[in-house]
Amino acid sequence: MSDITDLPAPALDVEGWTCPAPLRDRPRVVMGHGGGGVLSAELVQQIFAPSFGGEVLAQLGDAAVVSLGGARLAFSTDSYVVRPLFFPGGSIGDLAVNGTVNDLAMSGARAAWLSCGFILEEGVELDVVRRVSEALGAAARTAGVEVVTGDTKVVESGHGDGVYINTAGIGLVPAGVDLRPQRVVPGDVVIVSGEVGVHGVAVMSVREGLEFGVEIRSDCAALGGLVDAMLAVTPDLHVLRDPTRGGLAAALNEIAQASGTGVVVQERDVPVPPAVANACAILGLDPWYIANEGKLVAFVPREHADAVLEAMRAHPLGKDSVVIGEAVQAHAGMVVARTGLGGTRVVDLPIGEQLPRIC
Amino acid sequence: MKYIDEFQDPELARRLLDDIHATVTRPWALMEVCGGQTHSIIRHGIDQLLPPEVELIHGPGCPVCVTPLEVIDKALEIASRPGVIFCSFGDMLRVPGTGRDLFQVRGEGGDVRVVYSPLDALRIARQNPDREVVFFGIGFETTAPPNAMTVHQARKLGIQNFSMLVSHVRVPPAIEAIMSSPSCRVQGFLAAGHVCSVMGVEEYPELAERFRVPIVVTGFEPLDILEGVRRAVRQLERGEHTVDNAYARAVRPEGNPAARAMLEDVFEVTDRPWRGIGVIPDSGWRLSPKYRDHDAEHRFSVGGIRTEEPAECRSGEVLQGLLKPHECEAFGTLCTPRTPLGATMVSSEGACAAYYLYRRLDVPAAAAREASPVV
Repeated sequence: MSDITDLPAPALDVEGWTCPAPLRDRPRVVMGHGGGGVLSAELVQQIFAPSFGGEVLAQLGDAAVVSLGGARLAFSTDSYVVRPLFFPGGSIGDLAVNGTVNDLAMSGARAAWLSCGFILEEGVELDVVRRVSEALGAAARTAGVEVVTGDTKVVESGHGDGVYINTAGIGLVPAGVDLRPQRVVPGDVVIVSGEVGVHGVAVMSVREGLEFGVEIRSDCAALGGLVDAMLAVTPDLHVLRDPTRGGLAAALNEIAQASGTGVVVQERDVPVPPAVANACAILGLDPWYIANEGKLVAFVPREHADAVLEAMRAHPLGKDSVVIGEAVQAHAGMVVARTGLGGTRVVDLPIGEQLPRIC
Repeated sequence: MKYIDEFQDPELARRLLDDIHATVTRPWALMEVCGGQTHSIIRHGIDQLLPPEVELIHGPGCPVCVTPLEVIDKALEIASRPGVIFCSFGDMLRVPGTGRDLFQVRGEGGDVRVVYSPLDALRIARQNPDREVVFFGIGFETTAPPNAMTVHQARKLGIQNFSMLVSHVRVPPAIEAIMSSPSCRVQGFLAAGHVCSVMGVEEYPELAERFRVPIVVTGFEPLDILEGVRRAVRQLERGEHTVDNAYARAVRPEGNPAARAMLEDVFEVTDRPWRGIGVIPDSGWRLSPKYRDHDAEHRFSVGGIRTEEPAECRSGEVLQGLLKPHECEAFGTLCTPRTPLGATMVSSEGACAAYYLYRRLDVPAAAAREASPVV
């Protein structure tokens, strides 16, 4: 090793510094296409939507609201591929019910019926299948929804993670309820129903064998009752979202872009439990981008905000509800956080999946 | 870990900011060396709160950003080989090599796995004795000790199917290279606290004296950074240039002797190219001859891979503080985190990515051009 003081100063040719050509197109699916961010959106918009067509699909909501025989129905489907199958606070069976029930609830509908499709991997223990089924049944009873049809397929060993589940659900949208991001107007108050980032960290802690000092339990829950309590105050809520993949940040961005308003969030008002904040700090992740499975974000007309917040706090699943920000005229389509120190930053859609940082 | 909140206290931050505002009398340019500090500065809006006289220049201390393109290409080549399990920290998967990244390799059938520790890769090697397991060992003095320990363990335990692709870099030679550049505008440094927690501070007094710059060892929370800035500005205003440890809760002057001994045993100092910068003498580590059996570059014969980088990106100027990220014509248009033209847009610790993610309000035109679709 040469002595640093003996070295000639390296001639850094600034003009000559170069960088690589960009990675613009991906010929194959990568995990980020399922991450709920930009890549997911492009997959839907560039491949699926043009193939299927249709005005209802073009709205790209978590649930479709359609009219049939004079009734307005909410219809939604979701697939569940979580690893591990059982995690603190829930299982793939709970998710398969609550995820779809919540997608319906975000359009104001109480889920009535579910379909349930199992894709089982050759070799998985029947006891595991039984436990998942029992969890799914119990979650359905808790949510007040009935599983009325189903299907089972088995794939060869090595072609699945034991159990995959798809559920689809149908529910009635009450008269006078119209929950769409397009209804958001500047001045709307943004409320979140509790602490964010819990589910994603709970699953990650088990999947990756990470110990964070305290057990973090998933917030997996069916939100139909909470939404009913909110609608009982006023049917004039503007939009609801359950911030699952991509977390709070993705949900706020989707609403901002679809509504054409800006969103301002007070960083210090967003509730993040210390265990989640610490786990994210260790891994270099942002809790605002971590999945939730028992939370909702509501954009509420200012005149109803206090009453809606009170009703949410009176419900067990909304007892920690807080106002975190508002819709604004400025920076349309963008979400901006006011930091605890008084600065601002843009809160963007995630590109694909969040990745743990090196240091 | 409740103490983290205390290092983000707005009232204490206000007091530090008041002190900085009261102290500064003329323009000063400080460089925060570490990408973690850059991320924290932009994320918390610290740069917006400092007096306009204090300019923060974002240094080359993002390990993801500065890993050379040819090393990424070597990683892609090794990860594509049949029978290989390629293990990496998460954020290296998105770094583009020539036309591909590790995500792409995984999509093409390569066995690429995200791990949280190099020891996880060693465990995978023990569990898969019929497979070659390779860990991507990159980063600064912070990640080098555990990587060194892992290679040491592999040799000690006789785990023959484990090797490491090493591209470690060292901070002090980079500071020297930056200060030696004729176009350098940096007048003071916030040194990376975590690097110093390993290496100590003994390499810095000579640099501070030779280049007449204050070097303040600084942590990563908002109050740490403000305190680092406060001390650096105070020195500059007084005409001083000493090494000051503002991160004493983590940094001892001698660093971590056990970690340094491990580095000494497993690695040897080498010249290292930095992506976007060029070769900096003595700025890297490679495995020493004693551990050559565990050197993936040697094992997979990828030493001959040489990659030419097209000149499309001005990240070199950004890393030098000659150009703010949003002043680059490609920022937010040709170059985004999704389609990075250069290293500084790749990782969230890169200056360009931090500006893109958190500062697009400052450059609304770019934001409008890159409107994201909605699902």
